[in-house]
Amino acid sequence: MRNRNLWLALIGLLAVLALWVDFTETRIEIGFLGLQREIRTVLGLDLQGGIQILLEADVPPNQLVDRGNLEDTRRIIENRVNALGVTEPVVQIAGTRRIVVELPGVTNLEQAVNTIKQTGLLEFVDAGATPIPEGTTIRTSLDLPITGTAPVTATPSLAPTPSLTGTAEVTGTAPLSPTEPVYRTIMTGRNLRSARPQLDEFRQPEVAFTLDAEGTRLFAEYTSRNVGRYLCIVLDKKVISCPVIQEPITQGQGVIRMGFGGTLADAEALAVTLRYGALPVPLKIVDTRNIGPTLGQESIRRSLIAGIIGFSTVALFMILYYRAPGVLAVLALSLYTALVFAIFKLLPVTLTLPGIAGFVLSIGMAVDANILIFERLKEELRAGRDLAMAIDYGFERAWPSIRDSNISTLITCAILYIFGLNFGASMVRGFALTLAIGVAASLFTGIWVTRAFLHVLLDRLRPGVHRGWFGL
Amino acid sequence: MIDIIGKRYWYFALSLLVIVPGLISLALYGLPLAIDYTGGAMLELRLPAGAAPSSEEMIGIVRQATGFPTADIRAQPSLQGTLIIRTREMDAATQARVMEALRARYGDVVLERFESVGPTVGAEVTRGALVAVAMASVAIMLYLTFAFRQVPHAFRYGVAAVLALLHDVAVVVGAASIFGKVFGWEVDALFLTAVLTIIGFSVHDSIVVFDRIRENLLRYRGEPYERIVNHSILQTLDRSLNTQLTLIFTLVALLLFGGTTIRQFIATLLIGMISGTYSSIFNAAPILVVWEKREWRTWFRRPAEQPVP
Repeated sequence: MRNRNLWLALIGLLAVLALWVDFTETRIEIGFLGLQREIRTVLGLDLQGGIQILLEADVPPNQLVDRGNLEDTRRIIENRVNALGVTEPVVQIAGTRRIVVELPGVTNLEQAVNTIKQTGLLEFVDAGATPIPEGTTIRTSLDLPITGTAPVTATPSLAPTPSLTGTAEVTGTAPLSPTEPVYRTIMTGRNLRSARPQLDEFRQPEVAFTLDAEGTRLFAEYTSRNVGRYLCIVLDKKVISCPVIQEPITQGQGVIRMGFGGTLADAEALAVTLRYGALPVPLKIVDTRNIGPTLGQESIRRSLIAGIIGFSTVALFMILYYRAPGVLAVLALSLYTALVFAIFKLLPVTLTLPGIAGFVLSIGMAVDANILIFERLKEELRAGRDLAMAIDYGFERAWPSIRDSNISTLITCAILYIFGLNFGASMVRGFALTLAIGVAASLFTGIWVTRAFLHVLLDRLRPGVHRGWFGL
Repeated sequence: MIDIIGKRYWYFALSLLVIVPGLISLALYGLPLAIDYTGGAMLELRLPAGAAPSSEEMIGIVRQATGFPTADIRAQPSLQGTLIIRTREMDAATQARVMEALRARYGDVVLERFESVGPTVGAEVTRGALVAVAMASVAIMLYLTFAFRQVPHAFRYGVAAVLALLHDVAVVVGAASIFGKVFGWEVDALFLTAVLTIIGFSVHDSIVVFDRIRENLLRYRGEPYERIVNHSILQTLDRSLNTQLTLIFTLVALLLFGGTTIRQFIATLLIGMISGTYSSIFNAAPILVVWEKREWRTWFRRPAEQPVP
């Protein structure tokens, strides 16, 4: 008796807690546990609107991608994305060679892609007669927005300067410190069309590159006049390599020899830098998804209506068909709904449209445990047992089928969750996760909570009467 | 007493009647695979009120903006009043050009949804799907063999449940093929989710019936197997129908009022759930009887002695 009241008190407490979590959006801090958690509903891209981009390492399929490099790449992309000012961008490694970027609330796909794919600033600068050591940070005639508060003048050059982008802004008013030379930029990475590693006829590694029309003109002009001098490849103002100009390059195609002791890996690394700027792993976009914000809002509204209607019909059916136990089942079901939603907010589970579908569906399933038990209960009552016995037998006998069927559903959920990542979109996982949480919670509310309720009802009833209350 | 087991071949025939047209459609037209599997791009647009361009006009605009051949562009209105354009894979810059061209022509065009999937991703999804279905079947078969280890021939229960499961997959895949042809349905990543859920429920339903058989076998030793199975089906019939009803309630609510983007998903689930309940009562349990009596020995030999066609 006392035990039962304790059960009820616990269930009541749980219900109050769950409801509190359901209806608040706040931060909780439990000091002595060091627990900090934000309680809020996390909406997936399909409900909130936004952009999802799947990037894949642009290397041959059988080539392994170094985990550390991939992680560096992820961090660089995260930094770039942060510049967009999105509230909660997600940049995650997916599998062994992919990175998922999610940008909630962003609508301009082109801008997003450009931000992600933006390469570091690659420049080819005129180093004159002496090479600059690798890794040196230099100033160039090309003004950079990041550093460029102080206007820069171009270095005086004997050769007539071909007009360059960026030099147009040169004002020449700010004096330059004499200690810091400013190197002239011949062209930027924009003019580079391709770069790939290869071996020359002596099996020495080199990087072959091709230029676009403007690059070809600029390069032809410059290299014809500067044979024997040094041309430095500079990424974000940092010198990467300073090859010597051995002969004029006039056709827009050339090679950078790696020199004595250079390896093919060095050539590959240089080619990657030339092509992609700073990313350690070259990336290509393999999948883009863009959901407009109105579609998301509409989906939320509709799911809510569907949930309410689904819940009400199930409740009505249960009460009409099973009477008193039906009422209890509906109470347990309400607790179930509050509980599951609270778990979603606490974990948190990102709610997607399929995820909500899984949740609403699990309401239907949660009732199944009750139906199984109540049918058993009725059978036992028909067989002439008194109520208390019938309730205990009903639960006991229904348990194996509830257990086995729910375990098989959980097995399916687990397989969906494990393989969900391979299905390209995370929505499969969302569905599996919400369904699994629903199944677990329904075992609790459908069995223990309903049973506690039934026994409390029984304590207030005289056995033998009120059989009509059980739909008999 | 209703005799379900006695009429088992009629119920098998009914299953075939539903499955065979679907399989024929599958053989003739295949599955209407969405870009999730094939690769390609999809734009869902909402045009301002009053603008009702023809498909040809749309295709013309898209072709000019993208440079894709006409054969690679399809445009069709959706049930929700939006316009869906499908093309081969498209990058962000191309998408921006398409939107620019459309806005120049029709004014305020809203891009509700844009997806572009590379062919390698699509192939991976297909492979992953097959692996997942196979894995789920094996895992469930193993679990059932374990759960029924106390009754003779526990393995049969696992096999019968998986056969019923394959029945439901066949029904749903066949339906998808037919509806793809008739209503323009598409098989996307969500369809796969639906199929896997149906597998879960189908087994769930079979287990409830099997569980009763397990219990009754231990209780009524010596009774003919056939009678025990039939009795078990009848005992669980109320529960099966009631569970089915509640599921149908929630699914119909989702179908009528839920998000438009998941409508096909819900409809697929609905078909699968109904098939799942049917197969657990009328296929899975009778298969156990067929197996117990080794009836296949008389299938082709002496038709005169067969109880039902």
